[in-house]
Amino acid sequence: MNKPDGNKWKVIVVENLVKKFGSFVANDHLNFEVGGGEIFGFLGANGAGKTTAMRILCGLSKPTSGNVKVAGFDVYTQTEKIKAHIGYMSQRFSLYEDLTVSENFQFYGGIYGLNRMQIKEKLENMLSRLQLEAMRKRLIRTLPPGIRQKVAFSVAIMHEPEIAFLDEPTGGVDPITRRQFWEMIYETAARGITVFVTTHYMDEAEYCDRISIMVDGRIEALDTPAELKKQHDVSSINDVFLKLARKPARNIQL
Amino acid sequence: MKRFVIKEFLHIFRDIRTMVILFGMPVVQVLLFGFAITTDIKDAWISVVDPSHDQVTLAIQDKLFASGYFREAEKSNSPEDIEEQFRYGKIKMVVVFESGFGKKLQRGEQPSVQLITDASDPNTARLLVNYAGGIINDYTTSLNPNTPALPLVLPESRMLYNPSLKSVFMFVPGIITILLMLVSAMMTSISIAREKETGTMEVLLVSPLKPYQIIIGKVLPYVLLSFINAVIILIMSYFVFNVPMQGNLILLLVETILFIILALSLGIFISTVSNNQQTAMMLSMFALMLPTILLSGFIFPIENMPEVLQWLSVLMPPRWFIVIIKSIMLKGTGLFYFWQETLILIGMTGIFIGASIMKFKVRLA
Repeated sequence: MNKPDGNKWKVIVVENLVKKFGSFVANDHLNFEVGGGEIFGFLGANGAGKTTAMRILCGLSKPTSGNVKVAGFDVYTQTEKIKAHIGYMSQRFSLYEDLTVSENFQFYGGIYGLNRMQIKEKLENMLSRLQLEAMRKRLIRTLPPGIRQKVAFSVAIMHEPEIAFLDEPTGGVDPITRRQFWEMIYETAARGITVFVTTHYMDEAEYCDRISIMVDGRIEALDTPAELKKQHDVSSINDVFLKLARKPARNIQL
Repeated sequence: MKRFVIKEFLHIFRDIRTMVILFGMPVVQVLLFGFAITTDIKDAWISVVDPSHDQVTLAIQDKLFASGYFREAEKSNSPEDIEEQFRYGKIKMVVVFESGFGKKLQRGEQPSVQLITDASDPNTARLLVNYAGGIINDYTTSLNPNTPALPLVLPESRMLYNPSLKSVFMFVPGIITILLMLVSAMMTSISIAREKETGTMEVLLVSPLKPYQIIIGKVLPYVLLSFINAVIILIMSYFVFNVPMQGNLILLLVETILFIILALSLGIFISTVSNNQQTAMMLSMFALMLPTILLSGFIFPIENMPEVLQWLSVLMPPRWFIVIIKSIMLKGTGLFYFWQETLILIGMTGIFIGASIMKFKVRLA
């Protein structure tokens, strides 16, 4: 399950990333690399600076200083290229509820420049893999949350991005669906797509190849789940997290 | 881009409320303003005090009641009686002839007639006096065609462009303006705010689409629908209410598109300052609708406003557009007469788009 560290190529390279809002330092000298096909867990309490860092990686916001490369492109100057090479799925719901499953596919496929045939193929693949053939004409609104989340993920990786950014993808989903969702993540990573995921569920963190834990804008821990547990001499990532995150000096919602 | 526009249309057509606002409201509003909320005078109850009771006064009464504007209420003889009728709202006006009216007229003197109106509704009162005065004047001059001096001194006025003072003529330009403002500005601001609220805007921003493509994709369907709306209103006003179309139709449509774009840019601006649909809705309602109705000169003449409000009304885009529509539809004038208004509209559009872009950039930094 664990791929060896230091994979063939680095899809995300972050060196001394600093992001300030006025005098408030949201990201304080972050340093990390993510390899191709890796499942990278990005953990931290609310207000630790995860969202800020993720927005920078997605090209939605510019760093105050530091070098950041995503899919080989620079976040200062090549955000358009970055956007074409990443997929994004947010904790908030990213499909249009008043459109059907296939209409959502057509829309998102269209904005990523897929042609009609490609979209159709992707849609059929997804429907048969998730056994949702009967639901193609259903409005998203009428689907159960678990299925919506899986469809949203399929949409996010429809254009075969190099990296899929998942911002708390399993929020409010039942444990069985979460399990299935993680199976989808594994399949995706096995195809060579890097998965960069934030989560609040510590059991999910155990599924990642490597995790980083942010506290107060800094990365306090970065390693495989097994290694982190060994370092801190505890039996679960939850305990590692509690140990590190117990002393946050700030508690601000970003 | 094409996908985007298709998707936007799907949103609109799937939402019944949006559809009702888009297509139900124009029709209902035009009919309401045209038929129900009318300031035209028809069958106003009046009563006549006629102590002289001669041929002339009787003939004048016949003329008044034959005009269709007036209808006779029960006769009243004493001043107390009149006051009572006014107080109960039974009559709108009383015509009082002086005694010996006809004889005086024959002797070449000036007999007098008094028009007493219920001015608790000043617009109606003024119109009644005008109508009645006109009829009486016409009749008495026709009796003495050779007298050079007018027997009754009444100002003779002519109502240009809208001789029968139909209020529909006033309302149609106003309604077009209000509806375009509402549909374009409110609907776009709400639909952009909705994407922000549900989080789909974030996904769009992460996509390779450029911000201007997102905006154009969102706005294009509304341009089209607003334009269709404007055409529906024009057709209705032409065929149902016989509002004239004196000027150049193409020019009117071009100006309409300009105004739609202005309203849309205003809608975009509103959406950049509001984060959810409620805020966008409230802002559109209170920042756009009320001022549009109250300050644009649509219902209340701008000249009668306090100076502060007159200044405020200068800032209202609808004010300028109403001038343009009226000029084209009712007066039939060309661009030469309202190029200033047109320039103002173009300038305002530029300001709103510029402000939105600035706001957008700040948010991304």
